[in-house]
Amino acid sequence: MFSGFMVNAWIVASVVAAVAGVVGFFVVLRGSAFVAHALPNGSFAGAAGAALVGVNTLIGLGVFALLGALGIGLLGRRGRHDVATALTLVMMLALGALFLSLSVEYAPEVYSLLFGEVLGISSNQVGPTVALAAVALLAMAVIYRPLMLSSILSEAAEARGVSAFAIELAFLLVVALATTMTVPVVGTLLIFSLMIGAPAAARSLTSRPGRALLLSVAIALAIVWASIAGSYQTNYPVGFFVGTISAGCFVAGRLWAGGWRRSRRIGGQRAAS
Amino acid sequence: MTDAQQPIGQDILSVNGLGVRLGDRQVLDDVTVQVRAGEFTGLIGSNGAGKTTLFRVILGLTSASAGEVLIAGRPRSRRNPLIGYVPQKFSLDPDAPLRARDLVALGVDGHKFGPVRPSRERRAIVDEMLDAVGGREFADTRVGLLSGGEQQRVLIAHALASRPRLLLLDEPLANLDLRSASEVVALVAGIAREQRLAVLISAHEINPLLPVMDRIVYLAAGRAVQGRTEDVITSEVLSRLYGHHVDVLSVHGRILVVADVGPQAIDDGARAAAAHVQIIA
Amino acid sequence: MSALIAPGFFSSGPVHTALIVGTAVAVISGPLGVFTVIRGQAFAGEALGDIGTTGGAGAFLAGVGPVWGFLVINVLAAGLMELAGVQRQRGRDLATGIVLGAGLGLAALFLYLNTTVHNTTGAAVTILFGSVFSIAQSSVPIVVVLAVVVLMLMAVAARPLLLASASPELAAARGVPVRLVGFGYLLALALSVALCALTIGAILSTALLVGPAAAALRLSRRPGAAVVTASLLGVGAIWLGILLAYDSYDWPPHHQGWPVSFFVVTVVFAAYLLSGVVGERSRRRSRAHARPAVSAG
Repeated sequence: MFSGFMVNAWIVASVVAAVAGVVGFFVVLRGSAFVAHALPNGSFAGAAGAALVGVNTLIGLGVFALLGALGIGLLGRRGRHDVATALTLVMMLALGALFLSLSVEYAPEVYSLLFGEVLGISSNQVGPTVALAAVALLAMAVIYRPLMLSSILSEAAEARGVSAFAIELAFLLVVALATTMTVPVVGTLLIFSLMIGAPAAARSLTSRPGRALLLSVAIALAIVWASIAGSYQTNYPVGFFVGTISAGCFVAGRLWAGGWRRSRRIGGQRAAS
Repeated sequence: MTDAQQPIGQDILSVNGLGVRLGDRQVLDDVTVQVRAGEFTGLIGSNGAGKTTLFRVILGLTSASAGEVLIAGRPRSRRNPLIGYVPQKFSLDPDAPLRARDLVALGVDGHKFGPVRPSRERRAIVDEMLDAVGGREFADTRVGLLSGGEQQRVLIAHALASRPRLLLLDEPLANLDLRSASEVVALVAGIAREQRLAVLISAHEINPLLPVMDRIVYLAAGRAVQGRTEDVITSEVLSRLYGHHVDVLSVHGRILVVADVGPQAIDDGARAAAAHVQIIA
Repeated sequence: MSALIAPGFFSSGPVHTALIVGTAVAVISGPLGVFTVIRGQAFAGEALGDIGTTGGAGAFLAGVGPVWGFLVINVLAAGLMELAGVQRQRGRDLATGIVLGAGLGLAALFLYLNTTVHNTTGAAVTILFGSVFSIAQSSVPIVVVLAVVVLMLMAVAARPLLLASASPELAAARGVPVRLVGFGYLLALALSVALCALTIGAILSTALLVGPAAAALRLSRRPGAAVVTASLLGVGAIWLGILLAYDSYDWPPHHQGWPVSFFVVTVVFAAYLLSGVVGERSRRRSRAHARPAVSAG
């Protein structure tokens, strides 16, 4: 399981999990689960468009992820956020439908774009994935504090010069970048489930943001490794394991949280408040 | 530049002839407010009177169509480190992994870009701020699990962490029970005196602030009157402000503002008076 | 006129079916969509459409008709979302996402098993995009009946649902069972989306659910007017989309026609953008009329 072509799978999947854990921490904090689903999902239309035009799939994905991020950011500025996300998503998917109908080649690509073909990763995909991941993680490191501040106290952040709109846009672009680097190798489902399942579980285990971030990465890695191993053994698609194990982590986290929330209420009866 | 050396009575906040138009509405009209170092000023007005707009202009979030805002003598800019802002509340899930002390730490340097370096200095400041608001005991609790009063204190500590000269509190008492409200008021007044901060606190109820208020700014239908409480809260002054007759009564040390609004009242002044009376009375 | 409407449009059987089913879907999506936007559950609506894929694939695997697969899986998913979620929108979206992730994971499994067991490909695409012009005529009565049922349910529950959606605390104070009403709404959504996804595809389901309602709410604050406007916009969009798709059968490059979903979504998207511009202008105008100048004291 650890030899030859599988090495690529382990490396790439681990890199993906690291990015998903970090970006996902903020996705959950900001309540952007829909965006995390919509951007990868919609960007697949870009892959179809790229195939139509005869360009590298990665470029198509990147362009559409970028357009999606801009669409959600701009529409969400004036309108409701979830409406903006939904409409941007369907617009991209509709374009994808158009591209698919216009092109001659067909759709086995679609399945792997949606659900991933982790086990078929070639060596020359490893380099670009790692490079893009480094860029995404670096960007997150740079905006970490203003992003935290703006996510929690957006008006106070504005008063200190941190524009909520600029931060939102920057964050969306990072999610778009994370999408672009992961979808071609692991499918849209993997990145989405990891981005919300792992951080959701992590937040139940610790109240410290730094630790929650690291735990988020650790849990994402665990999920991915278990999924690859499971897929290797059973031949079932990796996406199946990722989706179900992530849900399991979420549930486990919620059950655990139920425990300490009850204890806080019992221990927290103070006269002062 | 330390706070201890500030001359007593310097104007920290100076709003002169401020006018704000939003769309076709004149939200603020020729508003003048001064708050000096060490002074606790209440901004009283009902919803829609313009309190939030005034705050937004001071914070640089909304632009004015007339007049000026000076912070410690200098025109306000987009980012003003001299202002500490305490929002009404924040919206976070109970599950969010953020302790009270983490929120306060964000007040120290949360606006700076670049990776975080853990520093003893920051931790010391956070502890100091938490002590100032009596928040040590819940410092390590998740912010989402705090009670209303505790949340308010953490937000105050967060605002104080950047060592401001002016503290703006946006309706901090709105969702608190009487006891928590008076505790918060006493706390803020104490801090203001100690650290010689200028404090502007907005509320739609005068009475919780009466014990500690040095001066009051009364806002109605976009116009303002400022002065000492006993000078401003009189029938003559408020009637002139509302453009409609109102009576001011004192009952058991509490102030009551009553308007005689008949069924035919149609102008803005009467409407504003009626709205306010329902809340105050 | 013949330039706009390609010949044979009005006599074509598949077009009739498409128009009837499309109209039924648009009419129920209008009011349901208004509630969805007010409650901030656009994600749930979209997720249920995607989860239909799982139901369809599972039904195929089990050798059952896809309708059952879609309906069962959607009701199940709605129940799980309700169980895992909380009242606040952030918590709800997270729960929705988790259920969606698990559901799509199962879909991956079912599709894989389908391929190995039944030897079919391309199922994912069809379920996602639907094919408006190949809806079986036999499904028309089911669609219409279900649409009427959902509409009646909504009419009955409209007022408590509206109150619970706009202000849960006030509703609870008035004795409205907020949680139950919320679950009822989610069930109606699950059924409706299953229906839509089955006939016209998940993309169109979401577009018709969210777009017209969002546009209508920007144009009019009153829910009654918004519901009517939303349904009208939806019906208009689907008719225009079907017409254009039919016309496009002669267009390059393959002379197979461009997809209906593309046309409908573009119309809906444009309507939403336009509503933003129009709504803003009318709001400014109404503000000018409502407030007389403040009299100087």
